[in-house]
Amino acid sequence: MQASIDILDPLAVAEAWVGEGRRVAIATVIETWGSAPRPVGSHLVIDGAGNFEGSVSGGCVEGAVISEAADILDTGKPRILEFGVADETAWRVGLSCGGRIRVLVERIGG
Amino acid sequence: MDIATLQALNAARAGRRAAVVFTDLETGQGHLCVEGERCPDEWVDAMAAALRSGKAGIIVAAGRSFFLNVYLPPPRILVVGAVHISQALARMAPSTGFDLTVVDPRTAFATAERFAGVELIAEWPEDALKVRPLDRFTALVAVTHDPKIDDEPIRAALAAGCFYVGALGSRKTHASRVERLRRLGLADDAIARIKAPIGLDIGAASPAEIAVAILAEIIEALRRRDIMYGSEERR
Repeated sequence: MQASIDILDPLAVAEAWVGEGRRVAIATVIETWGSAPRPVGSHLVIDGAGNFEGSVSGGCVEGAVISEAADILDTGKPRILEFGVADETAWRVGLSCGGRIRVLVERIGG
Repeated sequence: MDIATLQALNAARAGRRAAVVFTDLETGQGHLCVEGERCPDEWVDAMAAALRSGKAGIIVAAGRSFFLNVYLPPPRILVVGAVHISQALARMAPSTGFDLTVVDPRTAFATAERFAGVELIAEWPEDALKVRPLDRFTALVAVTHDPKIDDEPIRAALAAGCFYVGALGSRKTHASRVERLRRLGLADDAIARIKAPIGLDIGAASPAEIAVAILAEIIEALRRRDIMYGSEERR
């Protein structure tokens, strides 16, 4: 009997999605400065249709990460994204808590 | 990360084995090292440090940058005593991310009806621990009030380096427990790790409130201690 997937466990979700034939990217917080909402090592997983589980912030930058993930799913090239109040994208997305984070986004490869 | 690495990582996590993934920040290539298995020599030290601290971060090795992510097993609470407090604790533990198992040889207490949906082992702790071995990622909660049932798992939990060992009972009850454990040959510094009376002192009165006090004390032990080695206070 297959146990049901815990949707609060992004890596389990990622494996299940790959098993369903979906294209999957994993975003991981790799560095933080100041008050960051999620610790280093936190995961957000995204599929080709923009579905996602997990988090890399308190909801501040997930939208931007998800849209970048679409590119990364196409090219397969990992990318490091940086978010913070000093970022040029601060007007659109940024961390309202004033911290800065770097996020690695990579495709799950065959 | 490739799918084989992701599957192996999830299998290690499901098997309660600590794991570290080294991701090359240039290429995105991921390398998995699982506790107790062979790990390339150049990473052995970084892996040991990561498992000790539980902290993820970036390291530079041979001129390349790697992100090192640490996956420690989810903490588990082993409750000895299928009592009223345990029923309340069994409801709260999953919502805070803990696995929970209840052990009690008294079959009048350990009934499926009283513990619906909870992993329940109606055996003596000595036997139950063969099925659910104690480890550093386990919190032991001894709440039967009965030395015949509580003492042995308390001794075993201290020996296994469980990150939390708590025992129900007044100061007087605990003083006699300390005497018994000394007679079993336990060192005073090991005995001093037992949290008793159990639970943070928040004036808890009802079983559910006592369960909150116990759970809060477990979370404190988990977050403020070096979980791999137990003894070092982080702050």
